[in-house]
Amino acid sequence: MDIHEYQAKELLSRHSVHIPRGGLAYSPEQAAYRTREIGGDKWVVKAQIHSGARGKAGGIRICKSDKEVSDAAEAMLGRKLVTHQTGPRGKLVSRLYIEETVDIRQEIYLGFVLDRKAERVMIVASASGGMEIEEIAERQPDSIIRAIVDPGVGMQQFQAREIAFGLGLENSLIGKATDTIMGCYQVFRDYDASMLEINPLVVTRDGNLVALDAKMSFDENALFRRPEISELRDKSQEDPRETFASDRGLSYVGLEGNIGCIINGAGLAMATMDMIKIAGGEPANFLDIGGGASPERVAKAFRAVLADKNVETILVNIFAGINRCDWVAEGVLKAIHEVGVNVPLVVRLAGTNVEEGRRILSASGQSIIVADTLAEAAEKAVSAMRQASLKKAS
Amino acid sequence: MSVLLNRNTKVIVQGLTGKIGSFHAEDMKRYGTNVVGGVTPGKGGQSQQGIPVFNTVKGAVRETGAEASIVFVPPPFAADSIMEAADAGIKLCVCITDGIPSQDMMRVKRYMLRYRREDRMTLIGPNCAGVITPGQALMGIMPGSIYLPGRVGIVGRSGTLGYEAASQMKALGIGVSTSVGIGGDPINGSSFKDILELFEKDDETDAVVMIGEIGGPQEAEAAEWAKTNMKKPLIAYIAGLSAPKGKRMGHAGAIISAFGESAQEKVEILRDAGVTIVATPASFGPTVAGVLAEQRKAA
Repeated sequence: MDIHEYQAKELLSRHSVHIPRGGLAYSPEQAAYRTREIGGDKWVVKAQIHSGARGKAGGIRICKSDKEVSDAAEAMLGRKLVTHQTGPRGKLVSRLYIEETVDIRQEIYLGFVLDRKAERVMIVASASGGMEIEEIAERQPDSIIRAIVDPGVGMQQFQAREIAFGLGLENSLIGKATDTIMGCYQVFRDYDASMLEINPLVVTRDGNLVALDAKMSFDENALFRRPEISELRDKSQEDPRETFASDRGLSYVGLEGNIGCIINGAGLAMATMDMIKIAGGEPANFLDIGGGASPERVAKAFRAVLADKNVETILVNIFAGINRCDWVAEGVLKAIHEVGVNVPLVVRLAGTNVEEGRRILSASGQSIIVADTLAEAAEKAVSAMRQASLKKAS
Repeated sequence: MSVLLNRNTKVIVQGLTGKIGSFHAEDMKRYGTNVVGGVTPGKGGQSQQGIPVFNTVKGAVRETGAEASIVFVPPPFAADSIMEAADAGIKLCVCITDGIPSQDMMRVKRYMLRYRREDRMTLIGPNCAGVITPGQALMGIMPGSIYLPGRVGIVGRSGTLGYEAASQMKALGIGVSTSVGIGGDPINGSSFKDILELFEKDDETDAVVMIGEIGGPQEAEAAEWAKTNMKKPLIAYIAGLSAPKGKRMGHAGAIISAFGESAQEKVEILRDAGVTIVATPASFGPTVAGVLAEQRKAA
């Protein structure tokens, strides 16, 4: 789960990380008022969306008067910002963060991730901040400093100090940098974060160390014990199709194609989508209905898939283990009856009691296209989609 | 003798008295698994479906001589249960639980390092379908009927995609020595490489099918190991060809976040290591059959 920059900054500032003075605004009036609160004569208006690369997309503007601030706010609020991370649909700007400007002497990159190779928290730092880490890795690979935290004892002072010296900071900044790094680690650990990135962390002309930007993601599996993080969720930043599905306990990822997928198991779901692609089609979504393909879950899955107006065909692929195929087939029929499916439907069942499952589908009188194998299912779905598109066009 | 599990392995069920635990304990017993006990704190002394229940794993091990444990404990408490098993001298622990926080798994893996290598428990999972040695024993949630006993090992992250592979093989009369689900989480007990090492040493396995997916370094690590250390044929499939970067595809670990983590990149790395690639998820059966036929010809 991602949170906004201003939320991450607030969390970090409670743990020895310095941030510029700033305030949140939901309207141009509030934005202008913030300038008086903050003081000074130059401010940054920052669109709060769950994406990096906001600057290039026009989501960060420097203003020299409260009029400019309010104009910038007017231009940004209520619009969708498209960055190279948001996808073509973009993300809605409904909150702005107004911040004082700082005089930058140096930009540093500081990141914390769960490293899957070490299976521990890894700190990544570079004295060449300001650009994305991929870019740093490409242009200045030698500038990257890495450290790994032992989860048994947590991060140690010396590790933070080594990073601070490794960044080439002057002696007067080592203490501040150590506190900042230790503070970040504490936030990462205490709130079950999966990613924390301060880019840039800046050395100011007056000799301070300030987090100019902050990005955080959290481990969804740990939210049960982090209600204070759950509260920071902003559904307006999510794909509405995904919100609809996740509110119903389904694992769904919206994509750009037109063949809706309902599958049990994440691996089989990905494999089925690959098969659709090989057959010449494009999947509209990833959807794992989980182990127990109960009629209720199947019905919810149909609703989630059909909420996407691009869907022109649905492919159901269930490998029944514990639940028998006959039961799954009845669930599919019940779902069709309840939800009303007005696009071609291809169903492939496999596993326990498969013959009975197929018989139930064929005997139902519904126009269900039954497939025996994965390859056949994908081919039938693609050809049904093509026919449906043709019909729509004519 | 297959890997990890056979008909004599004494198994306890952690979380036996829960709905999921009791359902699968019954199913495992029916398949032939030697289930000797269960653990639910506070319910020691009772019995569930004829299986004695103990308060602690140590108690269960003492009374039954159990050497393996399967965990059906809910996510907030699962890491604790795994560590309890490790400390009680359990040799093999299969954790089915889906949704364990990553930092809990980090602590579990750190904790297991306190034991000497020869005393250290092998952890399979979490968030996996388990382990099955067809015709002998099942420690997991997979439908036993789709596996034919045989001589091909399977190791994969996903449950149902593993079923797909096993059933395509069964349709062509190809059987399985042991199938191991290592789970879809970013931090898991045993890696692909760990399981490949076991299969390479196993006299009853002739070839191995590895079913990977996007995200993480384990497929590449396995490829590198297999290149120089594996004599038996390795056949691999990577799911997620159509997955976009930065989107988590169901499994907590299935997200492309670094170079070398996309399906295309993993396939290239495996192919360079001399691994036979299963081109589509519909061709597990024929690809394995082809490799086995070549192996027979060469022999």
